[in-house]
Amino acid sequence: MSAVVTDHEHEHHDHKPSGIKRWLYTTNHKDIGTMYLVFALIMFFIGGAMAMVIRAELFQPGMQFVEPNFFNQMTTVHGLIMVFGAVMPAFTGLANWMIPMMIGAPDMALPRMNNWSFWILPFAFLILLMSLFMPGGGPSFGWTFYAPLSTTYSGDSTALFVFSVHIMGISSIMGAINVIVTIFNLRAPGMTWMKMPLFVWTWLITAFLLIMVMPVLAGVVTMVLTDKYFGTSFFDAAGGGDPVLFQHIFWFFGHPEVYIMILPAFGIVSSIVPTFARKPLFGYASMVYATSSIALLSFLVWAHHMFTTGMPVAGALFFMYCTMLIAVPTGVKVFNWVATMWRGAMTFEVPMMFALAFIVLFTIGGFSGLMLAITPADFQYHDTYFVVAHFHYVLVTGAVFSIIAAAYYWLPKWTGHMYDEKLGQWHFWCSLISVNMLFFPMHFVGLAGMPRRIPDYALQFADFNAFISIGGFLFGASQLIFVAVLVKCARGGEKATAQVWEGAEGLEWEVPSPAPYHTFETPPVIK
Amino acid sequence: MTKTRSLRWSLPTLLLAATVDATDMPLNMTRGVTEISQQVYDLHMTIFWICCAIGAVVFGIMFWSIVRHRKARGVQPAQFHESTKVEILWTAIPVLILILMAIPATKTLIAMEDTTEADVTVLVTGSQWKWHYKYLENDVEFYSLLATPKEQITNRFAKGENYLLEVDRPLVIPTGKKVRFLMTSDDVIHSWWVPAFAVKKDANPGFINEAWTRVDEPGIYRGQCAELCGKDHGFMPIVVIAKSPADYEQWVNGEAERIAKAKAEEQELLAMNMSMEELMSVGARTYTAYCAACHQPSGEGLPGIFPALKGSAMALNDMPGHINIVLNGKAGTSMQAYARQLSLKEIAAVITYERNAWGNNTGELVQAADVHAVMQGKGE
Repeated sequence: MSAVVTDHEHEHHDHKPSGIKRWLYTTNHKDIGTMYLVFALIMFFIGGAMAMVIRAELFQPGMQFVEPNFFNQMTTVHGLIMVFGAVMPAFTGLANWMIPMMIGAPDMALPRMNNWSFWILPFAFLILLMSLFMPGGGPSFGWTFYAPLSTTYSGDSTALFVFSVHIMGISSIMGAINVIVTIFNLRAPGMTWMKMPLFVWTWLITAFLLIMVMPVLAGVVTMVLTDKYFGTSFFDAAGGGDPVLFQHIFWFFGHPEVYIMILPAFGIVSSIVPTFARKPLFGYASMVYATSSIALLSFLVWAHHMFTTGMPVAGALFFMYCTMLIAVPTGVKVFNWVATMWRGAMTFEVPMMFALAFIVLFTIGGFSGLMLAITPADFQYHDTYFVVAHFHYVLVTGAVFSIIAAAYYWLPKWTGHMYDEKLGQWHFWCSLISVNMLFFPMHFVGLAGMPRRIPDYALQFADFNAFISIGGFLFGASQLIFVAVLVKCARGGEKATAQVWEGAEGLEWEVPSPAPYHTFETPPVIK
Repeated sequence: MTKTRSLRWSLPTLLLAATVDATDMPLNMTRGVTEISQQVYDLHMTIFWICCAIGAVVFGIMFWSIVRHRKARGVQPAQFHESTKVEILWTAIPVLILILMAIPATKTLIAMEDTTEADVTVLVTGSQWKWHYKYLENDVEFYSLLATPKEQITNRFAKGENYLLEVDRPLVIPTGKKVRFLMTSDDVIHSWWVPAFAVKKDANPGFINEAWTRVDEPGIYRGQCAELCGKDHGFMPIVVIAKSPADYEQWVNGEAERIAKAKAEEQELLAMNMSMEELMSVGARTYTAYCAACHQPSGEGLPGIFPALKGSAMALNDMPGHINIVLNGKAGTSMQAYARQLSLKEIAAVITYERNAWGNNTGELVQAADVHAVMQGKGE
């Protein structure tokens, strides 16, 4: 693939207002991408601060710093912020920045909607965070807001919680529509489906998952709202409803949601590993098929979150088999990455280090996922710290590590400067060590029988929890190095070339660094 | 001043906690004490070793590649990027492994779900934040509450060996018999979990779930609620004592007798009047055990979630309304019905306490007969 870039002479025609108006009114995919990424970073630190509160309380047995009710608010809002405020907007930011540049499009297909889908997000989270200051505090029923804890037995912040989730959902749906329309309509001539970079493919599939399941989430929060305030009984047995119905609807959204947070990560790693191995991605076509099968299977496994709710044996068996099956396409992906490295000529810059850590640690999260799929064993793991360890391995060392890798990988393209490699390596090694101190011992704590979402615990768990908390504080502190790298890189540094990385291939590496405000106003020629 | 005092409190308690913490934590899932829990442990270990083996191969190849195929060693990158043969192989092999794994898992699951032919049936009801056990074959039922004193939780006293895993009245089951549990809930979803039995089942309000166990070893087994159920989710443990069938028979008959006796006493009580002093002392005890979790020891509640009793219109002026809400709860809120949970004497005492503590100085006494009257629909 190669392209002829013809828009150098247009660079001085940028027509962007200056100051705050540039950011408020912008319809430029690069500006909007930057805003999404900065927003996600801020949310990552706010959600992280809540995790620090949780770990401080769990440092020692007994209640030290917060009340149980506030502890529950912290676990709930930490989850909501990290899922909807940090990971998802970060991926949308990357999509905004990179998809048009990867497929040779001048911008996203629906630029005004793009502006709107970003600018409603800060309000959604403002509402959610403000609810913490209400009398009785914010939502405290877990990010999964199981009824009837979130209906009959919740505080009045529930209304704000529902409203805020609605706004987040609208934002995600608009973002997803934009990605789909862009990829379908704005590919440069010659950019056929099977030539698209995997990041574009995985995001396309993610976008379809989003428009299919976000309305389900909107539906279920609305049912919570009407059950609580308008006298309906969807989830109340006394009125003919069923509390387990809530969990079916929630997880029908929730399980695809898990893949929404990991498929773009697969795309990122599939971009980074070939670049630094200087070798084409192994099994491109099978990667596309594996991603699609994971997306399809994600609609058939939701009840594996609910094995203890009491379902017929036949149901439990169906969901167990389908869940085990997901290991196959996921395995294919990991095998492909390893085969890509095999007999390459690797170098180990920071993006590659995070991508390698992703492959190993995400796979560990995958293994514990496979263990959780075994229904009889799941009865012992369910709702313990083993599950907490599992989903933090796939979400922190999985999704978050991939986002960090992506940031290092494309920073030179965004800013025109190389980041500080030494500081980046410090960030990597500090994060790698602390994140494993934080989450690996959680497997043992869970197997030994510590339930999740408890503010206080039996004495046998004390030593491990103290160690985990120290890991948590260190991981939190390590992310300050990341901010230092970002600030330093935005301000200046060694000038980056257009290709940036020796082994990098693709349209985004054929425009200058930093990428001009408008790229591909005339479509590139793709060989 | 208060600040320095709390600091002085916390330092020695922290040190003390550190010495108690020496309790060893097992690093793996328990084998448990039942045939099923042993099977579950075996499944867990099988899938664990399978994961280790796959991990060793995949990570082994990856690290070998990282060491050997680095640019620094001057290697030239190969350009291959597909191989149908290899790709079919690494799709087919995992499928085979999974099928082999699914067979024993299916067998165990079917055995776990077979609740037929039980010898003893216990109805387990969760509520915020305690368990209630009812033996369906005997006239025995009781609540089981956390027995760890509040002072241990707030670090004012040293923590005991079974901190947060001890209850006032444990569930007792016979050894060698198939015990069936029927799970339900009075309010939100709870989950009844005893790791040693490999039993974890959600207690859903309005529905009944089933589980079973057969314990061969007499002993004390501890567990916890495993589904987030509100503020004190972390404080509703489960303790089960498995006794030989003879000891169990003796215990269950003793319990039936005790409950029958308490009921008879209740009747006698209707004709008696208790003094303010007695009512206040029984009331304070009951309040701490049943009411303080929500309405707080200070009676001030938690604004926005749990209403204050201190200075509340109901506690100052509306005695029948007060008795009624304690007896029957308030639909659509966390306020439970205590008619079944507490004796008439305790209800009378706790209402008296709430009407006279924290400056609610109404001076009014509530007697068991008053409570009984409201219960019979003959309120004042």
